Amino acid sequence: MRRIAGLLLLAAAPVLVLGVLFVLPVTGMVAEGFFVDGRFAPGAVLDVLARPRVHRVAWFTVWTSGTATLLAVVLGLPAAYALHRLALPGRAAVRAALLVPFVLPTVVVGVAFRQLLGEGGPLGFLGLDGTPVAIVAGLVFFNVAVVVRTVGVAWESLDPRPGQAAAALGASPWQVLRTVTLPALRPAIVGAASIVFLFCATAFGIVLTLGGVRYATVETEIYLLTTTIFDLRAAAALSVLQIVVVVGLLALAARLRATPDPTAQRTVSPVRAVRRSDAPAVVATLLVLGAMLLPILTLVLGSLSVGDGWGLDNYRALTTVGDNQALLVPVTAALATSLRTAVDATWMALLVGAMVSVIVTRRSHSVAERRVRSTLDGFFMLPLGVSAVTLGFGFLITLDRPPLDLRDSPLLVPMAQALVALPLVVRTLAPVLGGIDDRQRQAAASLGASAWRTLLTVDLPVVWKPMLAASGFAFAASLGEFGATSFLARDESPTLPVVIFRLIGHPGEMNYGMALAASVVLAVATAVVMLAVERLRVPGVGAF
Amino acid sequence: MLQLTDVTVRYGDTAAVDEVTLALEPGQVLAVLGPSGCGKSTLLRAVAGLEPLTSGSVSWAGADLVGVPTHKRGFALMFQDGQLFAHLTVARNVAYALRLRRTPSARVATRVRELLDLVGLAGYDDRLPGTLSGGERQRVALARALAVEPRLILLDEPLSALDATLRERLAGDLREILHAAGTTALLVTHDHDEAFALADRLAVMRAGRVVQQGAIDEVWREPVDEETALFLGYARVVRGDAAARVLASGGLSPAYAVALRRSALVVDPAGDLRAVVESARVTPEVVRLVVAAEGIGPVDAVAPLGSRVSPGDEVALRVDVTRLAVLAIAAGG
Amino acid sequence: MKHVRVRAALTVGAATAAALLLGGCSLAGGGDGPTATEPSTSPTESGGTGEPGGTVVLATHESFTLPKKLVRAFEEETGYTLEVRAAGDAGTLATKLSLTADNPIADAAFGIDNTFASRPLGEGAFAEVSTTATPPDEYVLAEGGDRLVPIDSASVCVNVDTDWFDAEGLEPPQTLDDLTDPAYADLMVTPGASTSSPGMAFFLATVAAYGDDWQDYWTDLLANGAKVVDGWEDAYYGDFTAGSEQGTRPIVVSYDSSPAFTVADGRTTTAALLDTCFRQVEYAGVLAGADNPEGAAALVDWMLTDEVQSALPESMYVFPVMPGATVPDDWAEFAPQPTDPFEVSPEEIAANREQWLTEWTDVISR
Repeated sequence: MRRIAGLLLLAAAPVLVLGVLFVLPVTGMVAEGFFVDGRFAPGAVLDVLARPRVHRVAWFTVWTSGTATLLAVVLGLPAAYALHRLALPGRAAVRAALLVPFVLPTVVVGVAFRQLLGEGGPLGFLGLDGTPVAIVAGLVFFNVAVVVRTVGVAWESLDPRPGQAAAALGASPWQVLRTVTLPALRPAIVGAASIVFLFCATAFGIVLTLGGVRYATVETEIYLLTTTIFDLRAAAALSVLQIVVVVGLLALAARLRATPDPTAQRTVSPVRAVRRSDAPAVVATLLVLGAMLLPILTLVLGSLSVGDGWGLDNYRALTTVGDNQALLVPVTAALATSLRTAVDATWMALLVGAMVSVIVTRRSHSVAERRVRSTLDGFFMLPLGVSAVTLGFGFLITLDRPPLDLRDSPLLVPMAQALVALPLVVRTLAPVLGGIDDRQRQAAASLGASAWRTLLTVDLPVVWKPMLAASGFAFAASLGEFGATSFLARDESPTLPVVIFRLIGHPGEMNYGMALAASVVLAVATAVVMLAVERLRVPGVGAF
Repeated sequence: MLQLTDVTVRYGDTAAVDEVTLALEPGQVLAVLGPSGCGKSTLLRAVAGLEPLTSGSVSWAGADLVGVPTHKRGFALMFQDGQLFAHLTVARNVAYALRLRRTPSARVATRVRELLDLVGLAGYDDRLPGTLSGGERQRVALARALAVEPRLILLDEPLSALDATLRERLAGDLREILHAAGTTALLVTHDHDEAFALADRLAVMRAGRVVQQGAIDEVWREPVDEETALFLGYARVVRGDAAARVLASGGLSPAYAVALRRSALVVDPAGDLRAVVESARVTPEVVRLVVAAEGIGPVDAVAPLGSRVSPGDEVALRVDVTRLAVLAIAAGG
Repeated sequence: MKHVRVRAALTVGAATAAALLLGGCSLAGGGDGPTATEPSTSPTESGGTGEPGGTVVLATHESFTLPKKLVRAFEEETGYTLEVRAAGDAGTLATKLSLTADNPIADAAFGIDNTFASRPLGEGAFAEVSTTATPPDEYVLAEGGDRLVPIDSASVCVNVDTDWFDAEGLEPPQTLDDLTDPAYADLMVTPGASTSSPGMAFFLATVAAYGDDWQDYWTDLLANGAKVVDGWEDAYYGDFTAGSEQGTRPIVVSYDSSPAFTVADGRTTTAALLDTCFRQVEYAGVLAGADNPEGAAALVDWMLTDEVQSALPESMYVFPVMPGATVPDDWAEFAPQPTDPFEVSPEEIAANREQWLTEWTDVISR
């Protein structure tokens, strides 16, 4: 019991942060729906769940997200293998490139996709524009990188010998994959799939842009109910439904993601030369890469197109405020704001993320303790799965008075972004900390090191590189964050995605070109950050 | 049957395995003995088809195996630490290769029972590898490797992860099992005890090359050089006059160098070598001494249990000729 | 080994330096962050000119922008400092104001339009306000006109690519009825009513035009191949022939001012169909319970001045409501305003929005 008390004490700080920045606002917003004229009236909310439209929306969300998750996993696995196990030339660059979609603003990607799939686009003959297929394709586009990275890193650190033992026992490569490799990768695959599912199920812009208005997901429906129809009861009902499903999913994922063998050694197998038998994986990777690059290429070409010819005019215009003064600040200034905001979001996410990682990875001494830890682990994933609209409005109505008068704070935007980046940081640091043999800590303690000193001398030396890697992810995620930011950003200091959105929403040919150019700048900034992270990343550790 | 001809495996500029030529007859157990990093594991992996050859050839029954993937070679590989599939039960692990071959399940069950009996783990069917001790895991790994009666079993330090007593016991079992199954085996190890316990033939490997090979007692009796001798468990090599002195005392013809085991010199009042005891240590079987022998220098010696010898004592020593080896090297060699 | 360690040390050094550098200009620590531009609320610092001082906070939507010069002039004249908080669309703004009616997020608000006006009014988000200038009656709300002051108007109209129609030798449509004519099959694109403010406006135009029969009209419209997309950007830049090279549809729902943005060689290549328009009016008001109600009132007053009114077209693509304001030449020439747009009262919108949207969604999902 004392250990659990100590654990809770240690967990208090991050739990408090998440409590204030997440639980309080969401609860506040949901309560708006549950209280009618100051009276608690849950019945009316639950009635909403009986509406046929709600069923349709929920089912649509589940099947599109499920399909997209499945596809992202199926497409991501060969790429994860090829990019993390094979000595493919330029694979660091490819890995960085694959992450770019993950941070591009949805509105830009939506336009790029529609230029490709739209009636007049090169892929228009497929007739996919405005169909669920387009939505699923968009979701896969955004999330395949999560699978490639998470599973790839696990694959990198996978001991190759069981597979070789199986091969020596007569298993063909395909049988080795099916009977040995995939079971060993299951925790990583399940982890990646659950993150992807959460991202898909809460996707907003991409569903609206690619699906047209015919299709609604729980997330878009919450938006519609809250801002357009102002039916807070129904919105609350859907939010609660969302939370219940997300919690259930996280619990399921935690079960499937069996606890790793603590005695298992983390190995890093050297990449090996490409063989002929790797052809399917390499071809699949190239296809995935091609599918990723096509919309991005559309963006780049668009940004370089000036009138009837080509030129850099759109890029030169980034130092201006656009045609007809579309912006209050030049795009370059927005980039600076983005970078500054990302710095703040990064340190916040790292600080809290490091605490959470330490808490969830220390060895449990009892079943109760392990439960507490795994509950905490899931708790910090929650922000990924809950409606940004609910959270955003919740901020306004709950953090509006002292001592929590945060809604006017310039730090609110980085705080919200840090919340989004937090699961990425935890997913990066926790495996590394979990991989440290607990006996090292015990050895340090037996030599007279205090808990703090043990952390400093045992954990920190191992974890500082992944910390840098995690900061890269957090930084990139913050650079690309749009949902929460657009809601909270203040006019005099918009971030780059907000500016892009604004440019694209204002008439004037130059503005459109500038929006594309600014997106390319954002993509390049992201890729550069990711490449830097690639250099710092300890191979075999540090996934999402 | 298994024939390695000038097998070379290079990593960049370094040759991990350098023109190794070896042959292995059916039913034989060949141990490749060498220090860590000598290339013996790479050699094993090359035979298994896990490591591409830079040059040379591996053939089985006269057929070159180049281009034959691991899973089609019909060899079984047993790793140092077993490499059991952690997500499968013991029975499933053992049955792994059988299931790959779509063996009928009744047949699988019988065979698994047989094999678990053979390795002394009857009743362990439903245990998960995580709950087994090191020795049990190795037995399961062995059963798994034997399941489909491979034409060759490759053993990578099968016992070195185990503690001393367990190692001894399992070594005996393993030898028996291998012989009972009539299995041809190639074993690599850095532990000469393991090699002696299991193998019929021995190849000593150093820096990628096989420096000596032959029947196990042959190699044992005539190590090719000082390093080999020391690696085979000889304690010291004495040279020149000191060597002549030892050999003369043992009634052997003179040679430039001789390798001595720790028990090559025995305290015996009838001995003709004189020495001063420097240290003495009692072990369960003998008293082990370090002595400064006249004309020889510091060497190891043994005295029967119960002998009262202490540092500073002067003792007489005789030479036990079964415990030394004359090295075929000349002065300056 | 040594080489590796030196490189590692350099990396750490560089990373630390970068972190410190960036950290120095982070939002929390920086001297040039927004915190620094936030003025003190102490009146003594406003120069002691006798004018009331302090900050006026304006809550608005993301499309808000006005020339810096005008804002500076306002601040110099009144002694107030203007702080703009612009985020989200008009619906988001309306929801924000409604939810925070008891503890407002700003002193004044701008950007509530006639389709959303009843919601914050109903929640009591706005206080009464009187202005120096009087906007024309046609823009003033029947209910809540004492609280919400009209600032600008923009009509949502069906636009056509006249060049495309010339090239095809086809007469462009004129009315809402024309749009269901098979001659124009598969030629139209509109943003959705549920996801887009102009989409909603066009929908309201059809409600005003066809009353309870609007469902039949939309059924015909869709049967005639009209495409419904998420937002105005998608419709205009994705599908409209004059907005995108890949566009395939020469009829789009956009604004009456849009033709002023497709001017080439002294003529515009598009036209707004003035018989298909719904007028959106944007209002400003003082928030109930504002910290600085005087400042907020001054701000609303300022927004009705000729300077601000004349700046609206260039800044926000909307027409001023005050007759004394001037509009740019291009606008005057190429973007005529509708004289008799369709109307639906805010009360009627408020009462029926949910039902309409549900029915509309059903119609288009069919």
